[in-house]
Amino acid sequence: MGFCLGASMAGLKAMTATSGPGISLYSEQISFAIGGEIPLVIVDVQRLGPSTGSATKGADGDIQFLRWSNSGGLPVIVLAPVDVTDCYTLTVRAFNLSERFRCPVFLASNKETAMTRESVDLVSLQIPSVVNRNHCPPDREFLPFGPGGEKDVPYFLPLGGDRLVRQTSSTHDEYGYITGDTETIARGIRRMENKLLGAINSLSLFEYDRDDSADTLLIVYGVTARAARVAVQRIRDAGGAVSLLILKTLFPVPEKTIQRCIADAERVMVIEMNLGQYVREIERLAGSKPVEFHGRMDGKLISPAAMCEVMGL
Amino acid sequence: MSSLLNRDRPPVFCPGCSHDLVVRALDRALVAMGKQGTEVAIVTDIGCSGLFDTFFNSHAMHGLHGRALTYATGLKMARPELTVITIMGDGGMGIGGAHFLSSCRRNLDITLLVLNNFNYGMTGGQCSVTTSPVASTASGFLNELEPSLDICKVASAAGSPWVDRVMATGKKLPEQIRDAVQYQGFSLVDIWGVCPGRYSKRNRVTLKGLEEEMAALPPVSGAVQENERDEYADLYRRKSSRLSLPSGPVDIEPIYSSAFTGQKDILLLGAAGQRVNTAGELLCLAAMSAGLHVSQKNDYPITVLRGHSISEVVLSSSPVLYTGTGHPDVVFALAREGVTRRRSVFEKLKPENLVIRGKGVEVPEHEGKTITIDFKKLRIPSMHWALISLAVLAEEKSLITEKMLRAGLAFRFSGNSLEEAESLLNHFFSRKNSYRTSHS
Repeated sequence: MGFCLGASMAGLKAMTATSGPGISLYSEQISFAIGGEIPLVIVDVQRLGPSTGSATKGADGDIQFLRWSNSGGLPVIVLAPVDVTDCYTLTVRAFNLSERFRCPVFLASNKETAMTRESVDLVSLQIPSVVNRNHCPPDREFLPFGPGGEKDVPYFLPLGGDRLVRQTSSTHDEYGYITGDTETIARGIRRMENKLLGAINSLSLFEYDRDDSADTLLIVYGVTARAARVAVQRIRDAGGAVSLLILKTLFPVPEKTIQRCIADAERVMVIEMNLGQYVREIERLAGSKPVEFHGRMDGKLISPAAMCEVMGL
Repeated sequence: MSSLLNRDRPPVFCPGCSHDLVVRALDRALVAMGKQGTEVAIVTDIGCSGLFDTFFNSHAMHGLHGRALTYATGLKMARPELTVITIMGDGGMGIGGAHFLSSCRRNLDITLLVLNNFNYGMTGGQCSVTTSPVASTASGFLNELEPSLDICKVASAAGSPWVDRVMATGKKLPEQIRDAVQYQGFSLVDIWGVCPGRYSKRNRVTLKGLEEEMAALPPVSGAVQENERDEYADLYRRKSSRLSLPSGPVDIEPIYSSAFTGQKDILLLGAAGQRVNTAGELLCLAAMSAGLHVSQKNDYPITVLRGHSISEVVLSSSPVLYTGTGHPDVVFALAREGVTRRRSVFEKLKPENLVIRGKGVEVPEHEGKTITIDFKKLRIPSMHWALISLAVLAEEKSLITEKMLRAGLAFRFSGNSLEEAESLLNHFFSRKNSYRTSHS
């Protein structure tokens, strides 16, 4: 992580990959990447925890850890790939978002995704075009932590280039000097919060498969979505009705999208490979609509049959 | 005289603090080398020494407790032309001990100045790794329990090719810093000083006393001959430039048509050494030659050539969704180790399902069809059982064909390996009737 932070500040794109025990160790550097606004992609191939857990069995046990592993609790971007195709495209998107917003971006993968080989149709693969970080124009004063080209995102210049760059993990002013001035601190914190929450619509990725006649909405993410697609098809083939929302951006929580989908349903079912983590986000958005949860955390995939059974459809 | 000191941020330390002397000595060293601020990155750790970067008009990176060397490493690897100087206290040096050892061993061209004042000054004078066991600290008796660490001795033992020690008041401090920075490799300078705010008064430590203490230690003076070797980034670039770029994914155009529509799950149960994972891959490649979508998951223990080896393969005429194979259409039972781990699937088998079994491999009772092959009688070594089982499956023609299997081999192997695999298949298909011992 430290190498990545140094290399990213030198202007390179950097990525690191780990699983639960590693992401635990990353925590302090994740905070630095957020506070220092250092672009970085972090892949968490989640495996069954807690602690060193099972080498190597899948789970989605780090979802809330990714959101809250930084000291200070600032927002982060977490994307969740469903399959190998997503691993291609979401990784490019993760780099693009990290460059655009000067922040770390997490890919919440799973052993069942990363250690599964599968055929990919390379021809139909739509790889997003590459976005690079916004460099400070030569005729402008460089404020490493001031407002930049995009609202609330500072311009970047590489450390080691021909203009001096200050980077610090401590609370700082717009020039990168440590400060104790509460107004300056508050301004910086608010800006860092706004740069992600204010752009939520442009970074929310999801697939919504709506059935107009369905009362039930199934919400899933990651590898669980694969079984959910089978389950939904089985229910429909048998004459039943269900809608499916697959979230690919988990954080910042795409609140409006989720609320819009919940509004179409009478009942919400959340299925996760953990003891119930993202369901908390759904519950707070569901209002009076009942939210049911099914989880499994023993290293085995949740099967389509189990999904049909718990939904009773 | 020119200076790289930041006029907007003059150094502020406690009165009498040795850090002030080091700031000025570092400036003199950089000026003597003719360095511009844009040519230098000062990377600092946490603690009072962590303020250093703000006092200079240079590139600056201030990070977390004990981790400064990691940022310095990333920076230097990315920008080899940059002069990278890392500043840590004895506190950060202890916290980042593994990074310190790794940096000494790695020999990347960065300079580490440890501002050693024998305690965690900023946090109130707690004992650090260099605190003397007879000192009085804010940590009660804890420092009495552990001997103090000789940074230079550790650095030399860990492979640092440049190790130097000097007093903050030393007349030659700027020259010694300059020499360390100019050294083309990792260089360490252990700079002893006083911490008047938190340590020196309580312990009646004087600069003169420290000088005497240092003089009593075995001398260190820069180059450590036995540790001199190639610089890391230079060596890294030389070696990596010789590597060829990795090839992309295998591009497989469908040339045959599939014998089925829908999805088929195949579970290969064997033991380490039977090339079960390779057989799973071959099955996938064979299916892809008929335009099928495939997925493969392998399961094996950490031991090599011991224990189970399992491959789960899904073949489908539409994109593969759920990759679990709880109800397989075909099971290869090639070793007890694999069968034992997936016993429960056998009771789910239906009459239309197929088990291809090596003779002598016991399987639980099931309702599926079984083809048993006496591999031993046919003198086929265990490492080829999985491949021959694929040929048996191809002979059934329900999932893959001989042509598809041969296409799979050609995607996966080349040269001698391909010849060997092909001759095994030729042998099988020419004598296929003699392979089967029973068909139930």
